[in-house]
Amino acid sequence: MKETPLSNCERRFLLRAIEERKRLDGRQSYDYRNVRISFGADYGCCIVELGRTRVLGQVSCELVSPKLNRATEGILFFNLELSPMAAPAFEPGRQPELLVKLNRLLERCLRNSKCIDTESLCVVAGVKVWQIRVDLHLLNHDGNIIDAASIAAIVALCHFRRPDVSVQGEEVTLYTPEERDPVPLSIHHMPICVSFAFFQQGTYLLVDPSEREERVMDGLLVIAMNKHREICTIQSSGGIMLLKDQVLRCSKITGVKVAEITELIQKALENDRKVRKEGGKFGFAESIPNQKISAFKMERAPVDTNDVEEQAEEIIMKADPPSDFVAKPILRMPGTAQIGEGLENSWGDFEESEREEEEEGNSDDATTSGGQKMETEEINIVSKTKKDDDTIILSDSEEEEVVILEPEETHKKTRTHTTTKQENSSKKAFNKKRKKKRATH
Amino acid sequence: ATALAGAAANRAGPSRAPPAGTRVGQVVLPGDVLLLPSHPEADGERLWLGPGAALPGRLVCGPGLRSCGAGLLVTKCGLLRHRQPGGAGGGSGGAYWVDSQQKRYVPVKGDHVIGIVTLKAGDIFKVDVGGSEQASLSYLAFEGATKRNRPNVQVGDLIYGQFVVANKDMEPEMVCIDSSGRANGMGVIGHEGLLFKVSLGLIRKLLAPNCEIIQELGQLYPFEIVFGMNGRIWVKAKTIQQTLIVANILEACEHMTAEQRTQAFAKLSER
Repeated sequence: MKETPLSNCERRFLLRAIEERKRLDGRQSYDYRNVRISFGADYGCCIVELGRTRVLGQVSCELVSPKLNRATEGILFFNLELSPMAAPAFEPGRQPELLVKLNRLLERCLRNSKCIDTESLCVVAGVKVWQIRVDLHLLNHDGNIIDAASIAAIVALCHFRRPDVSVQGEEVTLYTPEERDPVPLSIHHMPICVSFAFFQQGTYLLVDPSEREERVMDGLLVIAMNKHREICTIQSSGGIMLLKDQVLRCSKITGVKVAEITELIQKALENDRKVRKEGGKFGFAESIPNQKISAFKMERAPVDTNDVEEQAEEIIMKADPPSDFVAKPILRMPGTAQIGEGLENSWGDFEESEREEEEEGNSDDATTSGGQKMETEEINIVSKTKKDDDTIILSDSEEEEVVILEPEETHKKTRTHTTTKQENSSKKAFNKKRKKKRATH
Repeated sequence: ATALAGAAANRAGPSRAPPAGTRVGQVVLPGDVLLLPSHPEADGERLWLGPGAALPGRLVCGPGLRSCGAGLLVTKCGLLRHRQPGGAGGGSGGAYWVDSQQKRYVPVKGDHVIGIVTLKAGDIFKVDVGGSEQASLSYLAFEGATKRNRPNVQVGDLIYGQFVVANKDMEPEMVCIDSSGRANGMGVIGHEGLLFKVSLGLIRKLLAPNCEIIQELGQLYPFEIVFGMNGRIWVKAKTIQQTLIVANILEACEHMTAEQRTQAFAKLSER
């Protein structure tokens, strides 16, 4: 798709706003947007959000034979991809210039600065070395791709764990993650890129330009630095003429920003490590918040439970007598018990959550399975639909929509199908909790 | 999306398409069929009650709905809405539509949109309206324009106009005059001000009559505002700061509840 053209009106407004030191989102000239780092369930997978710009980074490794002229060093491979998901203007195969520029900058920043110890990636000199591959995908383009990409790359590399290898004479043993814990990469320092946009022939300077600001800027200066104030890469594009003190000022600002960002990265890595060690929930499902459109919030809908009892009685009359089932609770751990096995779930995809849901469903409605008396079953059905009443009056969450559809289902089910209550309850619990449990595997 | 898919699968069982009247205000999914009372299979339910209203009148099938044999076929997911017709005896049909949320605009005839001029070619302008193709705008389609008296439009200017031709087979055509030849507010939008993009649902909400957001904003500062149905809004206030504030509030309104909005306004009016 062709890129939306920038109208004269917008350009004039942006330049005038910059002259008055105002930015579209209310930041100051030297302010960064909010940086959010979230980790996936695998090691080496992370999403970095810089305002609305999002980059996904994934690190993977492989054993290969080394390059001929570097027999004792591992191989690093960086790849940044701009997919049409990021902006409609990116077409596959149609963005060579920007893509090449970003890839080259990333490579210079991370490879030439020797932030990763490639000697430690050597397994058998001249025969087998680790090839570390960093894939970065731009998920949303709202300006300043290079900063977000460099943060994502270094965070993914710090987060990554490669399988452990031991060499004894001629024998090389590669351990699986189950045999021995995977080992982190050896990283010397963390270079981070900071971008500066210049306007009006270098008169005005903005840090972390957003997409609109990038379109009206005259030139861009990118400085990559680590927290020890060592400059790893510096690049100026756009053909503007910069004065010496401008460049020095930019490098001082970079030092401050890099220190802040490095601290943020360390904290994020530390949090993730703690969560994994304590066995808590990790992964994108936990860290990326849900965003809701409040304009279409559903109002509370009353559920008609008038003739539930009659319908339930009908079903119970028509249903087969329950099999003689001896309820024998299995105590799994203090506080968790299971009665019965639960049915085969017809969804089929979500095996793990299925098992968990059935356990919960069983322990919730322990009296409905293996219930013997008709009256208790009646009461349980009524209380189940009453539970629908209670659960509908939740404050606005996406699950509201889920629950409102279900009373119809259960009504339909009680009218036309004679499935057991167990399947109903496990499906209901399953539907409600499906979203949460979905991404823990 | 996953939970809704689950609900749809559960519904596939004994399918008796529900009458359209009962589904108003609820979530509908693409593929749902809604029966109309005029259909013989519907069990005598009439939507329009009233003396002499035996004939169901002309029914308007709005966005997100398509008429198929048995009734209305839903093509977008969202909430089903219905509007009773005003006027005599409630017999001349109503309108059904699906309220859905979207950011990408598809040109529709009669919509007023904000476009950006990209090309001046002979006697037409090419205007980008956010759709898959650029719209064409003839230079004679301005108020008071003749062959000698050309309108003053440059590449990069903002135009507010409406579509006269907009279907999926041809490139859309727009004009800046209405059927009687008067501009009626359309034409080139002034040189100052800020243009920004929001989702289509927010535009429709803001354009609803007596929209609270616009009234509350109007009490804060005086400003000029133009809404394009393609998701573009142009704002101009007295100073840049005020323009930025108005733009940010409108963008944020999408995700704010009414209470959060009143809080935000209260904070601003203190300053």
